[in-house]
Amino acid sequence: MDRTLRRKIQQSGKFKQLTSERSRFGRGLSLVMVAVYYSFIFAVALFPQAVGAPLWDGAAVTVGFPLGVGVILIAFALTGIYVQRANGHYDRLTRDIIEEAKP
Amino acid sequence: MKMMRYLSFVMPLLGTVVASVPAGAAGSLEGAVSRQQTNTTAIMMFFVFVAATLGLTWWAARRTRSAQDFYTAGGGITGFQNGLAIAGDYMSAASFLGIVALVYSSGFDGLIYSVGVLVGWPIILFLIAEPLRNLGKYSFVDVLSCRLREGPIRTFAACSSLTVVAFYLIAQMVGAGQLIQLLFGLDYIVAVLLVGVLMILYVTFGGMLATTWVQIIKAILLLLGASFMAFSVLAQFGFNFNQLFAKAIEIKGSARIMMPGNLVKDPVQTVSLGVALMFGTAGLPHILMRFFTVADQKEARKSVFIATGFIGYFYILTFVIGFGAIILITGNDLYIVRDAAGQITGLRGGGNMAALHLAHAVGGDLFLGFISAVAFATILAVVSGLTLSGATTVSHDIYARLIRKGATDDVREMRVSRMATIGLGVVAVILGIAFETQNIAFMVGLAFAIAASANFPVLILSMFWRGLTTRGAVIGGAIGLATAVILTIIGPGIWVKVFGFPQPLFKWDAPALFSMPVAFVAIWLVSKLDAKSSEGEAAEVFEDQFVRAQVGIGASDAVSH
Repeated sequence: MDRTLRRKIQQSGKFKQLTSERSRFGRGLSLVMVAVYYSFIFAVALFPQAVGAPLWDGAAVTVGFPLGVGVILIAFALTGIYVQRANGHYDRLTRDIIEEAKP
Repeated sequence: MKMMRYLSFVMPLLGTVVASVPAGAAGSLEGAVSRQQTNTTAIMMFFVFVAATLGLTWWAARRTRSAQDFYTAGGGITGFQNGLAIAGDYMSAASFLGIVALVYSSGFDGLIYSVGVLVGWPIILFLIAEPLRNLGKYSFVDVLSCRLREGPIRTFAACSSLTVVAFYLIAQMVGAGQLIQLLFGLDYIVAVLLVGVLMILYVTFGGMLATTWVQIIKAILLLLGASFMAFSVLAQFGFNFNQLFAKAIEIKGSARIMMPGNLVKDPVQTVSLGVALMFGTAGLPHILMRFFTVADQKEARKSVFIATGFIGYFYILTFVIGFGAIILITGNDLYIVRDAAGQITGLRGGGNMAALHLAHAVGGDLFLGFISAVAFATILAVVSGLTLSGATTVSHDIYARLIRKGATDDVREMRVSRMATIGLGVVAVILGIAFETQNIAFMVGLAFAIAASANFPVLILSMFWRGLTTRGAVIGGAIGLATAVILTIIGPGIWVKVFGFPQPLFKWDAPALFSMPVAFVAIWLVSKLDAKSSEGEAAEVFEDQFVRAQVGIGASDAVSH
């Protein structure tokens, strides 16, 4: 890549905005995913009785079932949230950065 | 002997999805593998699939003209198609039959595994997918060599990639041979040869385009089949989950299947397995390669979103199917084996037959044939993807970049990759036959552990950490790889089950919880010690790479800098 072009991009305010916002957002969502998953795993490992308790009195469904399905749905929802934001906001910023950097 | 055969069948099947299953969980899948009667409907349906995919390969071959076509289908796969193909890579026959079998025998534990398999995907999207697409050309090794010295880093990454692919491939081949023997009544050797020949045909002639479409077709067939089974089961209970579970508890005579079972006994194993699944997925060469088949970072993102959705949906289906199996096949003498006293001792054909028996129970002979054919197609698609990824490492990373130093042309590079495909196919068949009766349960777990402990740390640090040096990446990555291998060797999977020692030196089957941090620390430490040699030009190169990773300028000529 052309070094002057690169420096120009790096100095643009929008580039700084894009990189800092996107990395913060990506890391934030990753942390949420890791936290949700390991909460589930630790709940299963450390509190099996609570996880295996009926969801309501006399129910066959246990607490663990909505928890597990919930983790799957959260994983899907988080990817959706990221894609939504990236397709709009980040792609717009990226287009602007490239447009402005053109000689 | 019988036990060995049983283990070497059940374990790789389960292992393919869940890295390595605690012995207790698999232990409850009783019953040996027996050759089934030759299943004519299944074989006919399978021939239709083979004919269709060979036609597809012929079509793809005419569109595969350049090396880029061969490795990445010319970057012309859409995000939706790629998402389906990724889902196809993940929904192996083994995960389908293995998780249903696990739910059938242990209930809730099956859901815990399914969750672990899925949660790596969001992480790949948030941290890796976009920069990977912007920086790489044909393989993730391209990304590493953007800023690190090409010779050493490609040598290291090619070795670790081939190791991962080899273990994964052997496990798949052995699983394939045994599964086909079970489903179709074919001889083990015939089955392995058949898989080998078809996979070589797909990859050699059709490259990534054929491999991707075989994967997509199979993913659709598997999703349709699994949906039909799950909805048939749910329909019987008016789509009321509580009634479904209540009936299953009534049949099993205990509510234990609705509670965490074996996993509770060893939290370290469970967490370590989780680490391997979550981060190993982000280091599997054949999965990472899929991101170069799409046009840009937008499509790369879309692929992950689609893949996560389908994989999640599929695992929820397998859970319902497992419970359906408990209800519909327990107590039906068509599907179970009893001992002389009339006690149920297991399933006909072994524990992994639960899904297939249920297919017969809800859809008769025709649907059983369909599901069996889909299971075979699934194996073919997964081994094709693995072989293509291994061939890319040999022809692109080793031949074109390391040996010829880029001084080669498309025609020659493609010739090498086709020869590599045939070579890998032959080796896979030979090893598949050689390992037939070996205990290979550790192999997929090891593949995931190496991917999480060598490929993943090096890849992520090369994209985000300015301070990484070539020496740090190579030495640290090698230490991570060695740690994963050594801990696996002295762990229960090899030390006890293969070597026959009474006690393992390392207590757990999954080493990633330990080997991945070791890799990160080693890479950091060596890079720090090495820091003085990395000033100046290297820092400039990182800045170049960083900008390209973020905005995607010059993504297509990532290698020729």
